[in-house]
Parts: sequence; structure tokens; C-alpha cells
Amino acid sequence: MSVAKPLPHDAAPLHVTGQARYVDDIPTPANALHLAFGMAEIAAGSITSMNLDAVRAAPGVVMVLTAGDLPRPADTSPSAHDEPLLSTGEIHFLGQPLFLVAATSHLAARKAARLAEVTYNETKPILTIDDAIAADTRFEEGPRIYGKGDPGTAISKAPKVIEGRFEIGGQEHFYLEGQAALALPQEGGDMEVHSSSQHPTEIQHKVADAIGKPMNAVRSVVRRMGGGFGGKESQGNALAVACAVVAQLTGRPAKMRYDRDDDMMITGKRHDFRIDYRVGVDDEGRILGLEFVQYCRCGWSQDLSLPVADRAMLHADNAYLLENVRITSHRLRTNTQSGTAFRGFGGPQGMVGIERVMDHIAHDLGKDPAEIRKRNYYADATDDTPKKSQTTPYHMEVEDFVLGGLTERLLKTSDYHARRTAIAEWNAREPVLKRGIAFSPVKFGISFTLTHLNQAGALVHVYQDGSIHMNHGGTEMGQGLFQKVAQVAASRFGVDLDHVKITATDTAKVPNTSATAASSGSDLNGMAVKAACDTIRDRLADFVAERHQTDVAKVRFEEGKVHVGGDTLTFEQVVKDAYMNRISLSATGFYATPKIVWDRIKGTGRPFFYFAYGGAVTEVVIDTLTGENRILRTDILHDAGASLNPSLDIGQIEGGYVQGAGWLTTEELIWDGKGRLRTHAPSTYKIPACSDRPDIFNVALWEGENREDTIYRSKAVGEPPLMLGISAYLALSDAISATGSNFPDLHAPATAEQVLAAIARARGA
Amino acid sequence: MPDISFLLNGESVTVRDASPTATLLDWLRETRGLTGTKEGCNEGDCGACTVMVTDEAGPRALNACILFLPQLHGRAIRTVEGISAPDGTMHPVQQAMVDHHGSQCGFCTPGFVVSMAVGHATGRDDHDDVLAGNLCRCTGYAPIIRAAEAAAENPVPKWVMDTAPGADPISDEDCFLPTTSDALAKWYLDHPDATLIAGATDVGLWVTKQLRDLAPVAFLGGIDDLKGIDRNGDTIRIGAGATMAALMPILRDCHPSYAEMVRRYGSEQVRQAATIGGNIANGSPIGDNPPALIALGATLHLRKGDTRRDLPIGDFFIDYGKQDREPGEFVEAVTIPANAPDLRCYKLSKRFDQDISAVCGCFNITVTDGTVTAAAIAFGGMAGIPKRATHVEAALLNQPWTQATINAAAAEFLKDYTPLTDMRASAGYRQTTAQNMLHRYFAETQGTAVNVLEVQV
Repeated sequence: MSVAKPLPHDAAPLHVTGQARYVDDIPTPANALHLAFGMAEIAAGSITSMNLDAVRAAPGVVMVLTAGDLPRPADTSPSAHDEPLLSTGEIHFLGQPLFLVAATSHLAARKAARLAEVTYNETKPILTIDDAIAADTRFEEGPRIYGKGDPGTAISKAPKVIEGRFEIGGQEHFYLEGQAALALPQEGGDMEVHSSSQHPTEIQHKVADAIGKPMNAVRSVVRRMGGGFGGKESQGNALAVACAVVAQLTGRPAKMRYDRDDDMMITGKRHDFRIDYRVGVDDEGRILGLEFVQYCRCGWSQDLSLPVADRAMLHADNAYLLENVRITSHRLRTNTQSGTAFRGFGGPQGMVGIERVMDHIAHDLGKDPAEIRKRNYYADATDDTPKKSQTTPYHMEVEDFVLGGLTERLLKTSDYHARRTAIAEWNAREPVLKRGIAFSPVKFGISFTLTHLNQAGALVHVYQDGSIHMNHGGTEMGQGLFQKVAQVAASRFGVDLDHVKITATDTAKVPNTSATAASSGSDLNGMAVKAACDTIRDRLADFVAERHQTDVAKVRFEEGKVHVGGDTLTFEQVVKDAYMNRISLSATGFYATPKIVWDRIKGTGRPFFYFAYGGAVTEVVIDTLTGENRILRTDILHDAGASLNPSLDIGQIEGGYVQGAGWLTTEELIWDGKGRLRTHAPSTYKIPACSDRPDIFNVALWEGENREDTIYRSKAVGEPPLMLGISAYLALSDAISATGSNFPDLHAPATAEQVLAAIARARGA
Repeated sequence: MPDISFLLNGESVTVRDASPTATLLDWLRETRGLTGTKEGCNEGDCGACTVMVTDEAGPRALNACILFLPQLHGRAIRTVEGISAPDGTMHPVQQAMVDHHGSQCGFCTPGFVVSMAVGHATGRDDHDDVLAGNLCRCTGYAPIIRAAEAAAENPVPKWVMDTAPGADPISDEDCFLPTTSDALAKWYLDHPDATLIAGATDVGLWVTKQLRDLAPVAFLGGIDDLKGIDRNGDTIRIGAGATMAALMPILRDCHPSYAEMVRRYGSEQVRQAATIGGNIANGSPIGDNPPALIALGATLHLRKGDTRRDLPIGDFFIDYGKQDREPGEFVEAVTIPANAPDLRCYKLSKRFDQDISAVCGCFNITVTDGTVTAAAIAFGGMAGIPKRATHVEAALLNQPWTQATINAAAAEFLKDYTPLTDMRASAGYRQTTAQNMLHRYFAETQGTAVNVLEVQV
């Protein structure tokens, strides 16, 4: 059976030879047009005049469009219909598309787009969380509040009360392949769109809307993305819509890809947060009551900010049982790029908030932070009955907790306690350099909190030669989804993986797909493909059982063979015979996640089918003269359930950890006072490089299967490991604590500059 | 534009009528349909476009996005498509990347594969440095390094061993490819407004990001007599055309701290293209060579026509964007002492590798019998030009080499520098760390561990 085998990514041989095809690699007809946006130079105000004569006269320019030139209003929002493709006069952020250039080459379009003469009526932009609070600009009517118990009373009666404020920066996705789309006009006004998108159905929907056609006139295809991380859930809409509009108007193919700087100036990023906390604890560090106020900077448009902010609230407990808790969430509107989906979808911000609280408690009580964490854990799941009720702040029972055992194992395998002692001794000797170590756990809820999205479809064909064509609604962005699902398909038919052809996601094959997001890709699509395969397999089984006059229950599909009673046939022979006997060899499959129910206004229900868990121990060293710092060693133990493919899962864990550590250390987004993003290229925005990975990097999978009935009892693994990177941030704080007795109050990202500032605070300077 | 000839994946190619500032990346993808080479950033910072370029010095990795076609004249280029054998057999690094799960989304992978193949061909085992110019957002790099280590033992496949074909010189008026500095000197006198292009690691961005037209241009990469690195007794004369990569061996021998800074300067691809002359002539306040050269007391050699003049390198930098260079005059060489055991170079940036310095401090302090007898200190990132810390130097000179002296001298930084706040660092952080670098220098002389990069677990 191919499930659970550590097979390479299905496209690896194509990746390494340069044959893997991305949108910009698709051969295009010579008459294709290339598009570029002209962008706003101010962050807030309105356009008073726009002279595009020079743009139109520039070499190679075929068409220039403003909002008023569009045949019908084109919107690119995934939620609130508040993102016009081109500004209709109002300017909401610096970088907002104002007009669209179509030219005979990418370079010609870019050059022309810079020739516009635009004048503005500039107003004072609302840029920061403080600006937005002062102006009371927000999404939704007021803050959302979730909670349980009576935190106010619990805190007031607590022996010790600790308060703090934590600033958490955003994050640029920095997918290596920038946003890209290609529209190919078809007969009768239909449109075929290829795009680098996690959400082909949304592309189809937005394109259909923009060109005034029903969805059945638009076919949206995605073979692969060069990275997504959430940044291609909604942010590719604008390019696809622009291409389709130009293709419709000109009858010519249209392609658009953002230059890296444009990509960073236009597209959304991870939301930055401010988290205020007030916690009452007993002398042992047990939390008695806790209040969080989360301020979420959403940028100019609603996009996916509401569910992102919700998920931050839903992860404010992380691994800890809170009996008295209130989480207040403000969703603030600012004149900056829109906050959007980014791996973890608000979960990381909520989680790092309570991890910061745990550190603050441990610091003030002078205790090992790992012990404080364990002391506040939910209880591990057992098979004993009756179970003791333990609920999250949103009143969901936690029935599958494993972190107690997982933590014990990880602290042991990483030699945490001995190293902590050795580090303290080392720090006592070294005047300039200090080391730090930290453990942090992850409990991450799996399912879309917008419950209807938890569905998936698949289409499977078996051809008469026994080869299998597999299609589903999930998209491939590097995570290995296609390979995992192909392993499922091969296993259902009992054939080798090379029987299974992996094909591009295509709204003409599987309709109404959800975004490949929320870590749900293999859970949903694996189940849908399994259902489709089983339908065909059952038909084949019925067919051969009848032929061989045996019980269908005695038909087995294994190792390329079909065993029926005492006979053994090849899979190919059975398929051929079934075809000759007019048995349907094509089927759709469908899956809807069970058990989930959620009221996001009240904050009650079961938003998640289950939780994925993990833990990390990170050791760092800092330079107290400059704040420079480095990860020395990381040990991870992560729960992927019964892994569909351990190699791919470990790849997600290693990569997720480094991406999470990057978010909290070197990756700093800086806007100037005018609202211009100053870090809009890899020259100024620093994602981790090769040497930034830990010198020693031990990653292992927790052995245990999902208690819920997921595909082969596996667990989702896309997002959860990112939050293991929180341990790097905590380790830096621990190292800083070696320099002085005050709480370091380290903010994120913990750049060298932030570390040096925190050292000064720790020292009381 | 003149005809440009080179070898592409083993095949002779001549490009006619292309713009002199057409990039190799655009030409590969748009004209040749070789789409394996990717555009990730179009500024030489991500490495997705890495190609192997072989000349008489051997193979090297370069960023195709900021490589202009004339720079390839007479050379051999291998793209990811040519890293596999013509029959499709994978190169050992390709097979290792598959076996060790080194690709996820795959978009950065061709660039990694080419960098790895060059490192493999040249026997490199410092994989972090070989790959510092290749960004990956998916894997966290660990499996890629495993692949590089696994591939190391395999022999270099014959098919990637190119011989540069060489080519006839080109002396087009608007696109000049001189082969001697004499020819350059003469042409530049006649074209004082021309753009001189050495490695194009900065000028490349004028084209790909600022979308400027740069005619007329001269490409200096073919001038062998500008590339010399000659040690004459106590001095080393470095030709302006010497790349940072070419400079590394002698720096490692003579100035290990400077060499360590250069190890973090740009990336492999950048150091293989960027020249020391370009870094000086550019005049950037955040170039990393000038502070080191000032601290070393380097002499700059300028040439205009047949007229040459020398000046202390610090005098070259007059003001932000303004250097002591006349129209038609160019940087010919720089001379540094071969011996400066007290030189320490500290590069401070958000990320260790491939990052522009927030602050770059270079200290060359001589202590004789417990007293400071000479001090040369220069910084990048602290002013509009690479600038000397004259007040700090004065506060150190003739003083005992003690913590008290350091404390007193550190305060003098406030007189020397009024740094700015920008996206790399705040003014306050720059000022504090500049002072702290002096403390670091002192601590280092006391045997204290000061470098996080040297800490092992």
C-alpha cells in the first residue's frame, strides 16, 4: 500500500530539471498582451486628475483602462465586495491599482505604467493601530468578545496579577513565484484562466462576475504554485480579473505577473497585532483568570480579516485550560495593504500571545517556563470513562489532547533540563554572549471556521488500460498534497503509484471547490478521492464477484492484483473486462467534514473537527553588544497522526518552523510616515537564508493516530508547524533574561535591534 | 548592438540586435523558451535565476536577472536544462535533491540546483556560503543541505564541464567591450557620460527596477589588466576589476577579519560578479569595502586618459552621491597594506548572509606596550559617505589600552556621526552599536568571546 510511504514529491524530478511549469512558463501565443498596474503614490485621499496620455503613447501599449473604462464594475474581494479592481476615485493605500496597462511585453507595460501624471487630494492616512483606535476605524460594528467564566473576579482574587502589552509584526509571504495569471479567450465569449491561486473557484467566480458571464462560461485551471502560504488565497483575484477583462475586450490572450516590488507593494500580508493581557495566577503559576485584548490591523479592505481575527481568538488558549477568560478582538481598518491569509490564519498571533503570558508568569515567579506550561495544560486524552469535561474559551470539549505525553518525551529527547542548567553556567561565565533555551507547544484547530467550506469533491477515471486519472479540488503549492492524495488513490485500488496520473486542479472537472487552506487539503480531498475510488472499486468488485460466483466481500485489491475467491487477476485485466461489460469506470467523490458546528458571533460550538499538536525546544545565542542572534539547535516532536507520507510531513515541519522563526525574528515590515512600505523587496525584507536554519535540527513525528476518522487517521500538517517557531522567539527572551532581572518585554519581530532594546529593559537601563 | 556570441548548454549561439541592457534571464525565457530559469525578484537577491557561467577562470554561479547579454560574450552558459545530460540523465545534485526531498513548490529549485552544481564542480563543501544567495521559502533548507552533502562524493559529470569559446573583441560606439584599460581610458574620454558596467550587481537594478536606458555603455568584464591582484612586499595592489570572489583567497591570508566580512558580502552569485572597483566608484554610504579600505589606509588609483593620480581612499568620498572623480576618469586600482593584524571588520545587518549592512564598522588600532600608537576607524551606514571616526581615533591615540579609555572614546562617536533612521535600523540603534563595536573590539583583545557565529552546541 502506498499510503504512509516516505515518497518524494510527485513533481520533484520536474522541479530539479526545470521542467515543472508555472503560469509564466506556459507558452503563450505571439499576440498575447502583458499587463501592469499603475499604482497610487499616496495612502489616503482621492484622485483629482489622471493624465494617461504618455502611458497610451508609450511604445508597445495597446490599451489603458481606468475604472471608468471597464464595461462593468470589477471587484476582486473574496468577502465584502469592497475591492474595486481599479480605484474609483478613492485612494485607500499606497500602492493601490489606479489603472491597467496592456502592452506587447511585460517590460513595455511596466515602463508605460510609470508615465502617468496623477494629482491627488491627499488626506491624513490612518496607518497604525493607534491611529485606527483614535479614529475608530474598524470592520464590524465593535469588538468581538469570546469567553467563559468570570475572569474579572478571578483576577481580582488572584494572589498575583501580571499585565503586559505585546506588539507582533506582520509577515510578507514571499512565495518565490510572484502572483501570476493568464486568460485565454474562448469561442462564444467563454474564458479559460490559468492562475497561481489556492482558490480556483474564487478565480472563476470573480472572473465570471467581471466579464458578465455565468460561472459555467469560465474555466479556472491551476497546475501548481511556486509557493502560496495563504498569500494566493485571495490576492491573485486582481490579476486574473484584469487578464480576463483585457482578454474579453481585445480578444487576445492576456498575461499578468507582478514584479516582486509591485507584488509586495500591492498584496496583503500577515496581520500585525497588539495584544494586551492581564492574568491572575496562583503561587504555582496556575492561571486563575485571563483577559486578552487583541488589536488586529486589517489594512484597507475586509478580505479575510474577520475569520483571521476569529482564529486568533480561537488560539488564544493554545494548550492551556482556562476556566475564567475573556478575549476581546478589535478589527482595525488602516490605509495599508490588506491583511490576508497567511499560514496559521491568525492562529499564530493568538498563540504567541499566550506563550508570551506563560513566559511572563514564569519570569515573575522565578520558575522554569516549561513547568508553568505543563501546569496549565489541558489533560491528555484517555480512553477511561467518564471523561472529565475540559473546554476551550469557545466551549468546545478538548477530547484528543496529547501534549502532556508529547512534552515529557520531547523534554527528555532534547535533554532540556540538563541543557538549561549548562546554559545558566555558560551565561555566568560569558560577559558578552548569552544563550537561551525555550520549549513551546502547539495545539492547532483543524477545519475552516466558515463551516460550509469544509467540503470537497473529486473526479476519478479508470481508463480501459488500467491507468488512473485523478482530480480533486485541492491545489498544489509545494506541500505535496497531490502526492499524498495519489497515494490514497493507489492504495484504494491496490496498485502502484505510477498507475495514478496527477492532474491540474480544474473547475471544469471538480466544481465549487474550497480554497486549499486551513491545512485541510489532504483531509478533505483525500477523503473525496477515496470516495470516488471506492465507488469504482466497488463496481469492479461486484463485477468480478458475480463473474466468479463468489461473495463480493472476498474480493481484494492488492499489489496490482485482484484476488477473487481463489483466483488472482491483474488489475488491468479486471478493468479491461469491466469495460467490455459496460461497467462505468468513472466516478465523482464527495466529502463533508462531520461533527462541526460553530456560531462565530456568540463564540460557541465546535469549530474544529480535531486538533493537531506539536512541541519544539529551541536554543539560541545572542550578542549583548549588538543584539545579533542565532539559532543553535532545535528539537521538534510533531503530531501528524498516522502520517500519509512521513517525508512530506517532515518537510512541512522543517519548513514551517523556519518560516515561523523568520516571522518572529528577521522579517520586519516597515512603513514610513506616509504609508509607503519601505521593505518591498528581498534586499530589505529578510526571510531566513540557508545559514539561518538551526545548526542542529532534529525533527520527529509523534507516533499516534488521529482519534477522529480522518483519511487513514492522518492529521493536517500545513499550518501547525509554523507555530513551533514561537520557541525561537521565547528562547531569545530567555537569553535576554540572563542580562538583567526585569522582564525583557521583547516585541516581535525580535530583530537584533529589538533584542538590544530588550536587553536594556532587562537591565533596567 | 553588436553580435554577442556564447555557448548555451553546449550549443553555439549568436545574439543579434538585442538591447545592450537586455538581461540574460529575459532572453532565456522570452526568446529561447528556456523557462526553467525563474524570475523571483529581478534584483539578484533570491537566486531563482541562477545560471552557471564558465570562462577561463572556470565555472561560477551568477544571477541571470542582472546579467546583461554583452557580459556573456565569449563565455559558456549552462541553465538548469543543461545541468542534466543531453539524454536526460540527472546530475548528481538533481538526483540528490529528489532523494532528500529538497524541493517543495519547486520554484527556487532550478536556481538551487545550478548553485549546487557549480559548488559541486568546484569542490566546495561550505554549502551555506555556496547557497546563501538562493532563497527557499518552503523547506527550511535542511533537506537541501542534506542533498548537497549527499551529492558531494559523486564525480563531476563531463557534460557540465564547458570550455569558454572566447570571442572576437567588440568596439561598438554605444556598447563598448574593451579588452584593455588603455582602450577603456581612451573611449571613456570621448564618452564621459557613459555608464561603466563591471559586475552589474547594482547597475542591473537601474535597468530592472528603475527601468532606465543606459546608452552608451562599456562592459569592463573583458579587461584582464584591471583584474590583477598583486602582492609587492608590504602592499597589495588590487585591480578595480577584481571580483569580490577573486579577492577572497588573499584576504583570507592577509586580512582574515576583512575576509570574514566579505564572506557575508552579498552572496556567492553577487561576489562572483561584483568588483571592488565598482563598490568604490559607486560611492554608496553602505558599501562594505570602503570602511575596511579606509581603516587599512588604502590608496586609490584613478585614471583619466593617460593621466593617473593617487589619493587616500577616504578623500574620494566627498558627500552623499558625490565622489572626487572627474568626467572620463575611472577607478583603476586600490592598494592596501599586506599586513594589518589589528584590523577587525564588523558587519551588522538584520540577516547574517546576503544583507546590506545597517552598520559596518572597521577598526585598525595598534597598541604598543599597552598604549594606543595608531588608530584608524571607519564606518559605513553612519553618514552619507563611508566616514572615518576622527574624534574616536583622537580619544584613543596615546592612551592606555584599558576599559576606561574605551569608555571615554566610545562617547566620542556622538561627535563623529549623526546617523539616520531607515528600514534597516534606527538612528539610536546605529549610534549605540557603533559604540558597542568599539567595546567588542576591546573585549576581543581581552580574549572574550564576542561572535555569535562562532558559538557551537
